[in-house]
Amino acid sequence: MPDSSNALPPAFAAWFGAKNWSPRAHQLAVLNAVRAGDDVLLIAPTGGGKTLAGFLPSLIALGNDPTPRLHTLYVSPLKALATDIARNLTAPITEMGLPVRVETRTGDTPANRRARQRIDPPHLLLTTPESLALLLSLPDAKKNFAELRMIVLDEIHALAGTKRGDQLALGLARLTRLAPDARRIGLSATIAHPEAMRAWLSPGGHDRATRMITGEPGTAPEVAMLIAPGDLPWSGHMGLMAAEAILRRIASAGMTIVFVNTRAQAELMFEALWRHNAETLPIALHHGSLDIAQRRKVEAAMASGRLRAVVATSSLDLGIDWAGVDQVIQVGAPKGISRLMQRLGRANHRMDEASRALLVPANRFEVLECEAAIEGVAAGALDGDPPRPGALDVLAQHILGCACAAPFKPDDLFAEIRAAAPYADLPRKDFDDVLRFVEDGGYALSVYERYRKLFRDADGNIHVRNARIQRQFRMNIGTIVEAPTLKVRLGGRRGFGGITLGEIEEYFVSMLSPGDTFLFAGRRLRFLGIRETTVMAADGGEGDPKIPAYEGGRMPLTTNLADRVRAILHSPETWHRFPEPVREWLELQATRSSLPAPDDLLVETFPRGGRWYLVAYCFEGRQAHQALGMLLTRRLERFGDQPLGFVATDYVLGCWCAREPRNIPRLFEEDMLGDDLEAWMAESSMLKRSFRNVAVIAGLIERMHPGGERSRRQVTVNTDLIYDVLRKHEPDHILLRATRADAAHGLVDLARIAGMLARARGRIHHRRLGRVSPLAVPVLLEVGREQVHGGGGEDALLEEAEALIAEAMGDAGAMA
Amino acid sequence: MPAPWREPARYGIDGCMIAAPIHRASERFLLDPSGAVVWPASRTIIVADLHLEKASSLATRGSLLPPYDSRTTLDRLTLLLSRYAPERVIALGDSFHDPLGLARMAPDDAGRLARLESEQKFIWIAGNHDPAESAMIELREKNFTFRHEASRLAPGEIEFSGHFHPKARIATRGAAIARPCFVADAHRILLPAFGAYAGGLDVTSPPIRALFPRGGQVFLLSRDRIYTFPLAHAAKAS
Repeated sequence: MPDSSNALPPAFAAWFGAKNWSPRAHQLAVLNAVRAGDDVLLIAPTGGGKTLAGFLPSLIALGNDPTPRLHTLYVSPLKALATDIARNLTAPITEMGLPVRVETRTGDTPANRRARQRIDPPHLLLTTPESLALLLSLPDAKKNFAELRMIVLDEIHALAGTKRGDQLALGLARLTRLAPDARRIGLSATIAHPEAMRAWLSPGGHDRATRMITGEPGTAPEVAMLIAPGDLPWSGHMGLMAAEAILRRIASAGMTIVFVNTRAQAELMFEALWRHNAETLPIALHHGSLDIAQRRKVEAAMASGRLRAVVATSSLDLGIDWAGVDQVIQVGAPKGISRLMQRLGRANHRMDEASRALLVPANRFEVLECEAAIEGVAAGALDGDPPRPGALDVLAQHILGCACAAPFKPDDLFAEIRAAAPYADLPRKDFDDVLRFVEDGGYALSVYERYRKLFRDADGNIHVRNARIQRQFRMNIGTIVEAPTLKVRLGGRRGFGGITLGEIEEYFVSMLSPGDTFLFAGRRLRFLGIRETTVMAADGGEGDPKIPAYEGGRMPLTTNLADRVRAILHSPETWHRFPEPVREWLELQATRSSLPAPDDLLVETFPRGGRWYLVAYCFEGRQAHQALGMLLTRRLERFGDQPLGFVATDYVLGCWCAREPRNIPRLFEEDMLGDDLEAWMAESSMLKRSFRNVAVIAGLIERMHPGGERSRRQVTVNTDLIYDVLRKHEPDHILLRATRADAAHGLVDLARIAGMLARARGRIHHRRLGRVSPLAVPVLLEVGREQVHGGGGEDALLEEAEALIAEAMGDAGAMA
Repeated sequence: MPAPWREPARYGIDGCMIAAPIHRASERFLLDPSGAVVWPASRTIIVADLHLEKASSLATRGSLLPPYDSRTTLDRLTLLLSRYAPERVIALGDSFHDPLGLARMAPDDAGRLARLESEQKFIWIAGNHDPAESAMIELREKNFTFRHEASRLAPGEIEFSGHFHPKARIATRGAAIARPCFVADAHRILLPAFGAYAGGLDVTSPPIRALFPRGGQVFLLSRDRIYTFPLAHAAKAS
């Protein structure tokens, strides 16, 4: 390759040559773009040498001019990834003898190293969005970043469109002001909206356009379905019946990752595999609640080839490359094509070899979804929405951070913030309201003059009030708010020593009684009790185990994949690919009722067990269906149909009523998104959960601190109570606006409901049936498994529980 | 002249509020869903832990919470008093979140509080947050003691106290539901916090469990009634 040797300095060309490598076209393209002074977005599949492409320009530049200074900042979504990259960079640096120092700066970096880094910075600093926010809030930020020349942003597809992405985008806008000469290189996996990503990356307010470079696509993956012998379940999402078949596939490959959708499923699948694992193949477990040390051990065992399989959740979706993985098995529906592709990319990090993958459907509907996903992967049809507008709570945190660094003028800061893509269209009013919130709470009743966090001087500069507020800010940086958790400790014989297995949510622990069995970290544990803030457990529980459930464990079905499922349902000529029971099931549905058409909304009503059921085939994902269920039951109530409950899956929504629901088209009219939505949102517990996150991120209340755990039980501020009071007195407060925006984007999937209702107008296909239809069976089997959320439903449950306990206890529990 | 005592049972008939009756030492008390105890025979309302001016107190430490907590608590108190029209109110301490709370209170709110005080007699018991000299440490009447924090009991003594802000989590078929609650056995009645921003301490936590070694009852607050459970049912974790 004569071109490459021209493009690369001799030392680099020799290094590539010694490895018998040649630089890839996109690596050279990035290099040339940077030389031309451009910002770059590099989109390439995993295994394409993206990271090296990101660092080559810096290594070459520093090879020529090793003056001590912070030259390159690298930001990754994962601490572990930053650490891994630092390790990987040492090879080229030492082998070429480059005078370049690389260091990481994350939440784990010890204080003395952090202090030293400020005086004597490395050339390459590897960090996370949170640590960057902290560095930018320091008074010497301006000086520290003045010499910065490169900013490398890894895995930006995982950040753009999230609150962490918003924080990073604001940080980038700031960096561009502090170091106007710094160029950006964004590294992304293949994405559905490359143009939106280019906009996200571009430094607004500058006229140099970001150059988009696309790596060669890897070889198309070979994806097949694995269906366990025996009848296909009607419902359920765990796929445990396939454990034996999965184990055989594990035995026939070198190293397999078994991906599942939730942590609960990971625990169950791990146990099921070991039940059949007569050969004792080394199989491990990896998920986000496990202790970090345990996870690192598993990762190390993977890297050194000591494992044959790992059962994993999204905890292994991102990050470090394990070259040795040669098979991926996805158990349960993939839910989205992009996510599936990301997971498939875990197998065979060599671009010239096809990765091998198997999809294991857990029920009949999932057979359709797996088939749709296989088609989608073959067509390269990625899903995902373009990044949403930036969140206002993150903006509040950022504004306080800016004030901590140096005084600012509101007009200047507003201009700077609008240069961050997520905030490019930020209205001045929102900015002013957020700024006022940061200053003194921004309440109509201004009583906090004496306690304001920021003050304005005579020249209109805004200053932070004192050092305590700066300290408080630094202790509370970040946009990830987690549910309260407790450590799980596996005790020694007498409760001494033992090991920490990981953390489970407080909510789950409150459901356990001493002696209960639960599954965690791949073990069957007996719950002993709680000591301080630690769950004490012993090995070897008996009886049916409980499985920790986690908030937000399930991803909703993407629109892209849902459309494909709908198309398959409507194309009987494709059904020959399905196993017999699935084909029969669909054929029976066509005879007994109708198949959902791509552009219609099929709604069935039928009587059963003294109730009337309404089943709507919306295909908008579980979250949207949950919200729709809340709204529909309100309307059914109003129309006098006496709704009794509802249940939502990714595909359909089922409601049941005491009376026959009659005016179906009226029921699904778009005015549902007016008053009904307002009324429901106001009292929804989802909004309260959202508000908690917003309140913490915006800095209304402090996050819990490590070391402050003792006081954790004496909850000082309950955000639910604050939400109620604020909503009553200032329903339009900026934090409530931020909460509603969050809920509309995330929890409720409002856009999908709105789109569905608009499409369904005049196209509702109502079938009034004499009995349950075949396609409705799966959702009816889900009845009773779902939780209720807030409001009147809670009272009904309490009444039932009260009666039940009173009955069981007789008068024994009553007061004398 | 105080208004005539209204028999609260009629709220049950209306279907808007049902208080739970309990009997101690031949006296009848009502546990109200608002979190107050009503003592009809002596025309008394008992409330605990109003924590007035909690928001402004936290503001001094950098958390600028919505400054409407005192107002909300006073709204609730006013509603409660107009429903029962008692002759006196016993506030079981921590009425203000800190000793300087009254000084920080907005004039409107302070005026409303003064008006309530002129309409019925208030007995302010001292709490750990507001150990004012003018407040009483405890009040004893008949067999009953009213104090802020539960203490060792003499034989036959029956105690009403606050301090712990009890709340309970009840497992139901659908979900676990956590609410503020009363906790009671034959000798002690622990009141939930009445204040708008007062959080809660789970009844399974050691400080509360230690007060009820032989078990007790949880009276869970709901919008318009009380739900009753054995303490053991809420006490899931050891």
